[in-house]
Amino acid sequence: MKTFLTTTALVALGLAGPALAEIKIGASLSATGPAAFLGDPELKTLELLVEELNAKGGINGEPVELIAYDDNGDPNKARTFATRLVEDDEVVAIIGGTTTGTTMSILSVAEEAEIPFISLAGAIDIIDPVKPFTFKTPHTDRMACQKIFEDMQKRGIASIGMISGTDGFGASMQAQCKSVVGDYGITIVADETYDPKDADMTAQLTKIKGTEGVQAVLNPGFGQGPSIVTRNYKQLAIDLPFYQSHGVASDGFIQLAGTDAAEGVRLPGTALLVADLLAEDDPQKPVVAAYKAAFEAKTGTPVGTFGGYAHDAFLIMTDAIARAGSAEPAAIRDAIEATSGLAGTTGIYTFSPEDHLGLDLSAFRMLEIKDGKWTLVE
Amino acid sequence: MSELLQFLLSGVTVGAVYALVALGFTIIYNASDVVNFAQGEFVMLGGMTTVFVHAAGAPLPLAVLAAIVLTAALGVAMNKLAIEPARGAPVVSLVIITIGASIFIRGAAQLIFDKQIHSFPAFSGDDPIRIMGATILPQSLWVIGGAVAVFIGLWLFFTRTLLGRAVLATSNNRLAAQLVGINTTFVMTLSFALSAGIGALAGVLVTPITLTSYDVGLGLALKGFAAAMLGGMGNPKGALVGGLALGLLEGLTAGYISSQYKDAAAFIVILAVLFFLPQGLFGRKSTDRV
Repeated sequence: MKTFLTTTALVALGLAGPALAEIKIGASLSATGPAAFLGDPELKTLELLVEELNAKGGINGEPVELIAYDDNGDPNKARTFATRLVEDDEVVAIIGGTTTGTTMSILSVAEEAEIPFISLAGAIDIIDPVKPFTFKTPHTDRMACQKIFEDMQKRGIASIGMISGTDGFGASMQAQCKSVVGDYGITIVADETYDPKDADMTAQLTKIKGTEGVQAVLNPGFGQGPSIVTRNYKQLAIDLPFYQSHGVASDGFIQLAGTDAAEGVRLPGTALLVADLLAEDDPQKPVVAAYKAAFEAKTGTPVGTFGGYAHDAFLIMTDAIARAGSAEPAAIRDAIEATSGLAGTTGIYTFSPEDHLGLDLSAFRMLEIKDGKWTLVE
Repeated sequence: MSELLQFLLSGVTVGAVYALVALGFTIIYNASDVVNFAQGEFVMLGGMTTVFVHAAGAPLPLAVLAAIVLTAALGVAMNKLAIEPARGAPVVSLVIITIGASIFIRGAAQLIFDKQIHSFPAFSGDDPIRIMGATILPQSLWVIGGAVAVFIGLWLFFTRTLLGRAVLATSNNRLAAQLVGINTTFVMTLSFALSAGIGALAGVLVTPITLTSYDVGLGLALKGFAAAMLGGMGNPKGALVGGLALGLLEGLTAGYISSQYKDAAAFIVILAVLFFLPQGLFGRKSTDRV
């Protein structure tokens, strides 16, 4: 009712654009189910941002309505919800797809209906090859591998051991790392895996420790696995440089692995984790600080990389709608593709017809844990 | 040499976790022939309740006690609300009810607690104990000690107490048990309370090693179930030996063959054992007296 009154008032004042009652943005996220710890902060982030935006008067004076569904991490449900968003709710754009699986379902619906879609999932297949209406905010696992290998190269490391989770995230990153490792003159001399539910990885780590020539260890993984690997690493007193992936870039990881065990661990993370350490003139500083303050005030939980992905998707979407000056899906799509130098929490986005990810390696910061705190590696 | 020892210690650590979970299956199975698939959820509740009660300010021992008592109460509630009303149903239906209960408990835990991964400090610190070049965490000793203590407790219960024998009698023939004056309703309630309590204790002991979240139950229950099948369902000795054997198999396969085949190797051995000994290593022979 309130919205209705506002809109009417605006129309009466002649401020509102033509036939733009309310801008409807759809979302299908995995707020519950196995990917809940990603989807939950993503949903909270979107709700928070919509509230904030509408309090400031919306986009060009138009309020935004968020229609969000919980797909439970199930690709079939995601497809149903995407169809419902397009056909029943008549949204002008879709954000979502917490996991690569749900993203692939939404993607096919969005492409067919020609509705712009920004995914929050990692896999490179989402935007490679480029599909006209699909974009994504998280960097790919290939970029994480490249960032890590770049850092190893700088430290003069030439042969490494890998211990990867067998879940989707770990397996995908393991494969990506193996495919780019040659470019950095590094060889993988030990390649071990663990099940994400395993309780102890000392057997695998002992094997890596005993392998001739290992100079560093890399652990692509997600969830509790990497925390246990990190503890076991300390337990076995392996004193080689230890790298984790962006999958565990959160304060929770330090807490679960323990300050002692996490000491010296390096991983590629986003600016969001080191909000306080960013230089004053860092272009990401204002947006990161604002999001961190707002999210932590509203939810009482620390910000994480994944909520940041949703933040950036919403930012790109609303920025595009504002620039397009219209809520026509085709116009929004063109505006997203023309996004240039937009600072988000994950990195600075510049899209082009050939690049629907919009980030380069500079989006990752190499972080090291010291005394239970994140520090920037220069 | 120290490598072999490390593989063995890794196997024992994991195996003790499996054994402790497997022991929880024993009592309900002995009382009713039902494999309780919500057992993993009891383990999860033990860990999660401790985390949250501890976080609310209670000292760790009190939080542990609260977790065990609350989970046992939930076990009783599950029996009263879900199993008892379906008493006449075949065992398969009851097993399916326990699967339903497990999904329900997992969903509720997700709402009542949260969706994050949690842990609490190990009881005796995190400094590894060194044995001839290999290491083991003190918490692993707690888990092993817990598994052995529960095993001895159960063994005494089933062989030395009237109540334990009443449980076995109820499983063997409920009607006959009633005729000789055993209160079978009470036996069922008791067995759910004990199973849930043991599950919660397992959750408390393993959480500093495995960490916990609302969805750890299923994974633990599957491995615990496999261990119990290997050792012989319903036999505490089987649960203990089955769990340790499964853990050692995994540790040695990961160490000497490849971690890729760790789970496969373990399950192939289980299948082979069950092929020759369908009742498991220490299972009861299913000879029905007519």
